[in-house]
Order: sequence, then C-alpha cells, then structure tokens
Amino acid sequence: MSKLLVKGLHVSIEGKEILKGVDLSVRSGEVHAIMGPNGGGKSTLASALMGHPKYAITSGDVTLDGKSILALDASKRARAGIFLAFQYPQEVQGVSLESFLRMAYNAVHAKQISPLEFRPILEGKMALLGVDGAFAGRYLNDGFSGGEKKRAEILQMAVLEPKIAILDETDSGLDVTALQKVGEGICRIASETGAGCVIITHYERILRYVKPGFTHVMLGGRIVKSGGFELVSQIEKRGYDWLKQAQAPEERTSG
Amino acid sequence: MAIELNSERGGGAALALGYKFLTRPGITERTVREISAAKGEPDWMLERRLKSFRIFQGKPIPTWGPDLSGLDLSAITYFASLKGGEHRDWKDVPAEIKLQFEKLGVPEAERKFLSGSGAMVESQWVYKSVRKELEDAGVIFMSTDDAVQQHPEIVKEYFMTKCVPPTDNKFAALHGAVWSGGAFVFIPEGVKVETPIQLYFLMNYRGYGQFEHTLLIAEPHSQVSYLEACSAPRYAESSLHSAVVEIFVKKRARVKYTSIQNWSDSVYNLNTKRSVVDECGFMEWVGGSLGAKVSMLYPCSILRGRGARADHIVISIAKDGTVKDGGAKVIHAAPGTTSNVVAKSICLGSGRAGYRGLLRVNKGCANCRASVRCDALLLDSRARSATFPVMEINENKVAIVHEATVGRISEDRLFYLMSRGLGENEAKALIVRGFVEPLLNALPLEYAVEFSRYIEMEIEGPGAVG
Repeated sequence: MSKLLVKGLHVSIEGKEILKGVDLSVRSGEVHAIMGPNGGGKSTLASALMGHPKYAITSGDVTLDGKSILALDASKRARAGIFLAFQYPQEVQGVSLESFLRMAYNAVHAKQISPLEFRPILEGKMALLGVDGAFAGRYLNDGFSGGEKKRAEILQMAVLEPKIAILDETDSGLDVTALQKVGEGICRIASETGAGCVIITHYERILRYVKPGFTHVMLGGRIVKSGGFELVSQIEKRGYDWLKQAQAPEERTSG
Repeated sequence: MAIELNSERGGGAALALGYKFLTRPGITERTVREISAAKGEPDWMLERRLKSFRIFQGKPIPTWGPDLSGLDLSAITYFASLKGGEHRDWKDVPAEIKLQFEKLGVPEAERKFLSGSGAMVESQWVYKSVRKELEDAGVIFMSTDDAVQQHPEIVKEYFMTKCVPPTDNKFAALHGAVWSGGAFVFIPEGVKVETPIQLYFLMNYRGYGQFEHTLLIAEPHSQVSYLEACSAPRYAESSLHSAVVEIFVKKRARVKYTSIQNWSDSVYNLNTKRSVVDECGFMEWVGGSLGAKVSMLYPCSILRGRGARADHIVISIAKDGTVKDGGAKVIHAAPGTTSNVVAKSICLGSGRAGYRGLLRVNKGCANCRASVRCDALLLDSRARSATFPVMEINENKVAIVHEATVGRISEDRLFYLMSRGLGENEAKALIVRGFVEPLLNALPLEYAVEFSRYIEMEIEGPGAVG
C-alpha cells in the first residue's frame, strides 16, 4: 500500500506563482480526477510532481510513503514509483519504443534484463492494451498520431508498473474509439498493478471509462472543491462558474 | 640526409618499434627522392612524385576552411619504415603492434571472418591476409607500393590521373609527392566479395605524417565492401594524415567504402577521397569521424554513367577543442543519376562542426534525383555548427531535396526521458545514439557496437558534458 501526499504545495515558474497551496492524498488503488478549466494549474501540478526542473517549489512538501521526494530529480522519482503520462510526449528519432521501454524498465526496476528476456514482458503488456506488435519497433513517438502517442504513454505505464500514475490530459485530441481504448487500458493497468491514479482532464468523457472515486476541481492554483464521482456529473451540467465562488476573494478580483 | 636508427626504440614513438629508416623532418626535393629510393621505385613513379612536389610548392595552404596555422609542415617526418616488413601470419607481427590493433577493436575472430585484412603502421604494411579463393578469382589486395612493382600498368593508368589529380589541392599534391602504403584493391569483372576487406592504420611516431594511397577498382558487375580504420597516440606535436582515396565503380558494380577515424587530437586529418561511378554503378560512402584536432574531408562522387547512384552517410563528433569540417560533393554528370547525402554532426564542449557540401547537376542531365540532409546536435552552449551547402543545378527536370537542422537537447526532452527512470547522462546518450542511428545501421555490427560504446564513454563517462 502506497500513499502520495501533497501538502500545501506552492509552485512558481520563472518567478510567477502558479500553485498556491495544493493538498492532495492518493493511495494505491484509488482513482482521482482533477478537473478544471485551462490555466487552473493542473498541468503545473503534474510536472511539479514529476520534478520538472523549470518548476520551483516555494513551499509545501510532497511525500511518497512518508518520504519527501522534493530533493529527487525526475529519474529518481520514477525509480521511487511515480509516473507521468505526458500531455505532449517527446519524439526521439533512432530509438525504438521497445528498446526505450527496456532501458526504462531496467532503470526503474534496477535490473539488467536482455532484449530476449524483455520481449515476453512487453508482449504481455501489449496484449493487455490491445496494441499492435509492430508498434514497439517504431521510433519513440516519431511520426505517431495523437492517439498513438497517448497509447504509447499508457504502454509505458503498463511496463513500468508505478505506485502512483499521473495522467496529464491523456484524453485530449482523441476520437471516441481511441478514447475508449485508452480509458479501458488505464482501468486494466490500474486494477492489475493496484497503482493510484491521478487523471487530469478538462472533460468528463474519459471518466466514463475510468470511474474516479475522488473528484477535485482546480481553479486559480488551488483545489477549490473535492467530492466523489457525482461531482463529475455536476460539472458536466453546470460548468465551472458556480465553483468560482469558492475561490479566495483576491483571486476573483485579479481574474 | 636521412636519419638512420640503430636503437630498437624509435626516437619519439609511443610504442617501442624498431625503425629501419626515417626521413629528416620537413620536405625538400631530396626527401621525395629518398622516399622513392627507399622503396626502389621505377622512374615513372619518381617522376610523378617530383611533378606533384612542384605543384605542392606552387599552392598556398587553403584558408577557406578551418584554421591550419598550427600545422608546421617543416616539422613533420614524412616517411618511416619499420624493421621486419610485412607479415603473412598475425603470429609474426610484433607483440606491441598486435596489442595496439587489439585496442582498436580488431579481434582475431573478426579478422578470420573478413575476406581480406591488412595493417599499416607509419609508412608501411606490417600484416596482410587474403582469402585464397578470392586470390584465385583474381581479386588483388596489396599495399599500393607493392602494386607499383607488381601491377605497374594498372597503377600507371589510374594513379592520380583520372580521379584525384595532384593539381586538385595543396594536400593532394603533397600526398602525390610523399605517399606511402595504402591499399590497392582490384575486383575483377563479375566477382562479388561477400564479406568486407579491411585495412587498419596506426600512426605511432611523434610528429609523423601518414600519406596512404588507396586505389580501388571495381570492374563491371563486381561488388566489394572495403573498410579503413585509423588510430594514433596523442602527442603535444601535431601529426598529419593526408590520404588520397580513388575509387572506380565500373558499369553495374557496387562499392561500399567505410572509414572510421579515431585519430588523437594532435592529428590534422586532411584527406581527398573521390569516386567515379559508371552506368548503373552504386557507390556508398560511410564515414565515422571521431578523432583528430582538425579534420577536413569531403568525399566526392562523380556520377558519370547513366543511372549511377551514390549514397553518402557521415557522422562527425567534434570534441572539445576540435574542428570537424566535412561534407559531401556529388556531381551528376549523366541523366537519371541519384544521390543521397546524410551528414550528422555532434559537438561537445567547444567543438565545432561544419558541413560543406556541393551538389551539381550538369546541363542535359535530366531525371536526376538528389537529397541532402544535414543535422547538427550541440551538447554544450559553447559548441558551434555551420552549414555551407552549394547547389549548382543546371537542368530543370530534376528532383532536389535539401534539409538542414541544428538542435540542442532541450530541457523538456531530457525531462521526458528522465521521467522514465533514465539518468541525465543516460538520457543524453540515448538521444545521441538515436541521432547517429543511420550510421550505426550502415556499419558492420562490431563497429556499430564500438561506436555506441564510444558515445557512451564520451557522454556518460567521467568529465563528460552536462
């Protein structure tokens, strides 16, 4: 049983404060949705949790199983069991998805397994996600469609088996079929590995496949409302405006 | 006057090799005559050397490219022959030389797999082997010096006459005057040599100049893959490597020429390499340029037969304090000819890489296709890269593509890879390996592995970038 705890997190980028005190607790097996309009700080939270060097933590703490991870760089956080599915995955030419996944697998699991030993592991994960075998031979994200990139991210999550997975707008840019595949894939991995998931999204549609037990709304760098799955349908009906009341007064005046 | 060495240990050499004969540093007409006399050359070759020497004297040091002011031609030793000569059995090669070649990554098993292999130290070959069935089929692989004696008619016809004349540039002229060693490779009509022929070069003597001449003739419908690898210990004094490579690809023949140079950073590497490709012939240049202080190399393909094709793949690594000026020249001199150039450079520290390319399509040469792609990857804020592509397209019915990119490893890309558990240097090395992948694909497996290891050492090793 793992637990990610975010306590009073303040994050600045290039001197501008984006997160203004975020609290969040995610345990193994839990699915959390973080919703909210653009500019609310959702993606900043994702990058800051993974350890992007551009994001400065000005106060607060993030612990995994009781230990602060703030001093760790991204690779050490990955090895500790944190995973981020990127909104915009990077393309790397000349490196196949398969060899990259093997390197990542070895790094995260502190192993040195050969390509031959890795193949069946990868094939198992690809079967679980219904991914075509030829996919792994292609260069990492190079020339992938939007949907392929997102599925490659989920495949990486499946291979790395993190304790806590943060999925940053994994649903954006996907058509209905792709969305269903990605959504079901997340469910399968989460239930198989028992990972705690944080799903960051604008829309409720992915949440139909990945039913969150916890829903949070982020506005102006804070979580302004938390609830269960029923909050998702409330947001679907009413949008976010009614929640802006919950923001601190100075936030409202400054827009 | 030449310096005679009596001691077993050569004056300024890293390896204790026994030298039989060295010319005095610097170059005069006498030096040229001494080299020719030491080899017992026929008069016609001496005449060619002297003619080249006069051309050399009349040409200034080129100033259009990298700074060559640190190269003192009067301090270079132009000829050094070893005691012992050329061996047919690797067992007989002196232990210190063997050790050096083992370090080059030339395992015995690989030598056995090759169709032919040779090893050259300073001015001469120390080892040679060729598979018997290839010799029986008429394949010739020997030092160019031996070819002058044994195949004078062929050498007379092709040596610096139709491909790289001594008038081409200052260093080609110097080469014509003092050349020594290199390989003469002759593949008879219709003979396909399945596994590569390789020649290894070692420059050992301090302040030495190596000027090997490679003459490769692939007769119609023949096929060969030929590979050269170079290495040298590091000295404070500059050394000079100035090779000339002349390749003749006859009708429907196919030649792959691969060179991996890992000279130390006291070496000026100034070469002239060119091929002439006849009807439907296919010339492949594969180059990995790792070492040297300053390297200038622009392999050239002259596509003079209809349907001829040339592919150039070159990867240069400009380490801290070094300059790699490279590129490719392709002359489309016949209709329906095709060329593909992929040039990639990686700059570390204050390393500088330049791409200098020429693509020419002559008038009347319709239906030519050419593609040039050059990419640079800068791993340090002090690194620099420049591209000087020249295109002279004198025909309308052609398809030309040119792409050039310069990139650095972005913070976001590093973050992405590190978020999957890779350490920072591991992530950088992965990006670099991906960048050089076209070359790794074109190299024999052993060299691809070596090259990968080299990149890891340069990027992940202690004191590396980042």
